[in-house]
Formats: sequence, structure tokens, C-alpha cells
Amino acid sequence: MVKQYAGIIWIALAAFGVYIMVRQAEIEFDQNPALDTRIFWYTIIPIFTPIMFGLGLFGYYCLKGEYGQSKV
Amino acid sequence: MSNNEQKSGWELMKVIFASSLGTLIEWYDFYIYGALAPIIAVQFFPSENPTAAFLAALATFAAGFVVRPFGALVFGRLGDLVGRKYTFLVTLLLMGVSTFAIGFVPTYKEIGFAAPIIILVLRLIQGLALGGEYGGAATYVAEHSPVNRRGYYTSFIQTTATLGLLLSLGVILTTKNALGDTVFNDWGWRVPFWASIILVLVSVYIRLKMAESPLFSKIKREGKISKNPLKESFTQKPNLKLVLLALFGAVMGQGVVWYTGQFYAQTFIERTLGVEFEQTRYILMIAILAATPFFLVFGALSDRIGRKPIMLAGMLLAVLSYRPIYQGMYNLTQMPPQQEIRNKHLLRVPDENTLIVDKGDSLFITKKWTGAYGLIIRTEEKRTVSADRSVPVNTMTSRTVWLSGLDSGSIPPPFWSMTFLVFLQILFVTMVYGPIAAFLVELFPTRIRYTSMSLPYHIGNGIFGGLTPLIATRLVDVSKTADNPAGDPFVGLWYPIIIAAVCFVIGFFYLPNKRDPDEFNT
Repeated sequence: MVKQYAGIIWIALAAFGVYIMVRQAEIEFDQNPALDTRIFWYTIIPIFTPIMFGLGLFGYYCLKGEYGQSKV
Repeated sequence: MSNNEQKSGWELMKVIFASSLGTLIEWYDFYIYGALAPIIAVQFFPSENPTAAFLAALATFAAGFVVRPFGALVFGRLGDLVGRKYTFLVTLLLMGVSTFAIGFVPTYKEIGFAAPIIILVLRLIQGLALGGEYGGAATYVAEHSPVNRRGYYTSFIQTTATLGLLLSLGVILTTKNALGDTVFNDWGWRVPFWASIILVLVSVYIRLKMAESPLFSKIKREGKISKNPLKESFTQKPNLKLVLLALFGAVMGQGVVWYTGQFYAQTFIERTLGVEFEQTRYILMIAILAATPFFLVFGALSDRIGRKPIMLAGMLLAVLSYRPIYQGMYNLTQMPPQQEIRNKHLLRVPDENTLIVDKGDSLFITKKWTGAYGLIIRTEEKRTVSADRSVPVNTMTSRTVWLSGLDSGSIPPPFWSMTFLVFLQILFVTMVYGPIAAFLVELFPTRIRYTSMSLPYHIGNGIFGGLTPLIATRLVDVSKTADNPAGDPFVGLWYPIIIAAVCFVIGFFYLPNKRDPDEFNT
């Protein structure tokens, strides 16, 4: 049961991950819109956003009970 | 694997040698680029051109790592359709040719903008090739190994990344010492790239003589090859859920521990602490040599107690001990406050441990002093000189630290203390990485194994791990303020600590420890 409902945590973590990246990028663009700031965030956000989607999908599968003892 | 197909110990070691040698060469090719990136940036990406600087950032930091998952998809698919042997012949040739070619690219001064573009393309090819290599090598060895020794035999492949790093450090140091700094920075840096072709050709020759994986040959005979391994791996839930579990429960944490213990440790020692270039390399090389046998130890242990407990133990130890370890590394090179105050009056009161060379507008100060814990180290500082010839502390423009060794009279000597702290980190690497090849190959069926294991592996290592130095350095930069212009030297550790901690929790609750051995052969 814990494993199953912990899926909510992973989904929330994925959403939070995307939010924190975008928010931090906004803050840094305001404070220091230099080229290396843009290079960093234009690299990090497109790479990690699909991975966060994958984490959300993992959380969804947890909620569906796909990682029960007999299923892995 | 059936008893008829099970190889003798000697035949199996030949398989392992052939696979491992090629994989080691690929890692070497990949790492010499990273190790020589500062020189490559100067030769090919002049900073006055913003676009070239942009390309420099991409090529130097991100491109080679980020493209690895794409290589995993391309060559993983090929390996599951055509076979393991020929696929990782292709990856080896691609890597070898692109690395060799980097050694011949004319500089920006000679051919202008074409130079950085060619370098970027070649770096991307390196990343693609590496993305296809590891999955093939690990799968190939695993499919030859007996069930109860799979962890031990695949751990030989696991040594190749670290040994490739060691080889790259050794070749670069040797070339630099042989040619001298000036020649090395001019054209001598090309030599390690040229040298790789010899090793690649030897590996290709050996691999041409290898037979195909027996398990792949078996499913090919039986007509059980997947028609579309990409679709089967990543769109069908029974397999996709295992790919996600492998990534978030194992490889994500393993990747950050791997790159923190070896790459970020090197960056921290050299750039944050200012330890001299050669000493930094020797520290890393000695620590690597001492820790490498533990890949085999933990691989073999995982055959007895399972892969999961060892991998998770390595992650947990890293999460709990990174901060104290890096604090210890930092303390080894810091000058006590009393000495900083005395340095304000260096010109007037030098002591017998200080040598000052006056260059007019700057001073080179070599000082032997007693640091933390009574350890003796030597620093060379370059300081600008003000009009009244006083030397305020905050005018230091560079600082290089030499850690004394057994001759210091200190117990323990600072050089060896630093080496031990790096050794500990690499020990964690052997725990998380030693069993993981066996873990990954056991998770997936034969017909889609190459594809399925390669993608999570290269996302975990190429993305999460490979970007560790970049992200950690960025965190330190962001922590700089007017009151603290140097920033918090430890804030970069939060990235690997948080990633490894999340991975530990997911792995603890969701990873299986033992798999049905019969499933491996399906």
C-alpha cells in the first residue's frame, strides 16, 4: 500500500522539479541575463523536463500497483 | 544458458577481455576530450566571438553527454535486430575514427568558423558511439556468463570506465612531461587523440574474431527476434515500467555518485582548492588504482547477496558522507586566520618559510606553512602590488597549493590524506557501479535487452551523472554574493546528494533483489 500511494509523491516531485527549474531560470534571467546563464538553462530545461515526465509516469504506474511484488 | 553453450573459464575470460578492451578504449577516447577541454576551447572557440563561445559551452560541457541516450536508442535497436557483435564493432569504429579525426582538425585561426563546427560534430559522434557501446558490451558478457557468476564477470566491464579515465590521465601527463608545457599547449595535446587509433585497431581486430552472443544466436534460430525493439521497449507497459524503475531506482543515483567521486572531486581539488595540476592527477590516479579491484569484489559479492543491497549501500554512504569528506578535503588546504593576518605585512616581515619574487607590479610568493591539523603544505600566490608596496590579502589573483607527502613529517601527510578522501568516494563508486551491469541485463528479456538497458543507463550516467560537474559548479557560482565573492564551496554537493537520496528511497521500496534466473534466457 505504501509503495502504491507513494506514487503521489513521485508525481508531485516531478511537477515540483519542472516548476523549480523554470522558476530558477526566470530569477537568474532577471538578475544576470548573460550568455552563459541562457546557455545553461536552455540546455538543462529541455533535457530534464522529459525526464521529469518520466518520473511522473513512474508515479502513475506506482498508483496503478504495477510495482507490486508479483509484478516485477 | 544451457550447459552445452556454457563457456569454460578460459574462453569466458577471452570474451571478457575482448569486450572490456574495446569498452576501455571508448571510455579513454571520450575522456581525453573532457580532460583537454580547456586547451580545445582556446584552440577552437575564441571567447571574443559570442557564437563561438556558445558552441564552446555546448561542445565542452553538454553535447557529448546529452547525445548518449540517442546513441543508446540507435545502436540498442541495431544490437537487438542484427546482433551484439557487429553493433559494437560499429560503435568502436565510430568512436575511434571521430577521436582520431579530432587530433587533425585545424584551429580556429587556420580555418575560421568551420573549426568549432567540426569539433562539435565529432564530439556528438563520440557521444553517439559511447551510447551504443556500453549496453552491447555488458549484454554480450552477461549472455556468456554462468548464472551464479554474472555479477563477477560483468564487473570486469564495470572497471573499464574508471580505467579509461585512468588511462586518459596517464597518457596526458606522460605526453605533457615529455613535450613540455609550451609544446603541449601548442600541438602536443593532439598526441593522445592520435594514440587512440592504435588501440582502436587492435580492439577491432580482436572483436572481429569474436562469436555472436549465444543467447542472441539462440533466439535468432528460434525466430524470436523482436521486430521493433524500440516500440516493444518503450511503448509496452510491462517493459516501460521496468525501464523507469531502472532509471529512477538505480541508475540515476549510480550516475551522480560515479561522476561526483571521480570528476567533481577532480574539479573541486583543482579549481576550488587550487591544488597543482599534476598533483591533482596523481591523487586521482592513485585513488583509482587502489579502488578498482573493488569493482570485482562487489560484483562477486552481488552474486551472493543480490545486486540491490550493495548498490543502495553505496548510495546511502555517499549521501551521508559527501559533506564531511569534502569538508575534510577543504580543510587540508586552508590557511589559518592568523597566517592571513600576517600576510598583510609580507614585504616587511617575511619569515624563513617565505620566498618572494618581485615582478614589479605583482609578487610571486611561495610559502611553506602549517595548515590545519599541523599539516605542512606549500602555496604559491600571485598578488598585485599597491602603490605604497603593501600587499592587502584580497589582491590575490591566483593561488596554487602543493600538498606535501611522506617527507612532510606530518601524520598523516596531506597528499595522502587527500588521496584517501578521494579513494573513499571511488569506493562508493565501486559499490553502486560494480553490480549494476548484471542488474540491468537481468531486468530485461533477451530480444530487447540491448535497447532496454542502454537507454536508462545513458540517461542516468550521461544526463544525471555527466552534467554533475556543470550543475554543481553552477550552484557555486549562484551562491556568490558581494559579502562572499568566492561563494559556498560545498553548495554544489546538494545536487548529487539530493538525486542519490531520491534514488535510494525509490530503489529501497521498489527494486527487486533477486530475479528468476530462467527469465534471463527468454
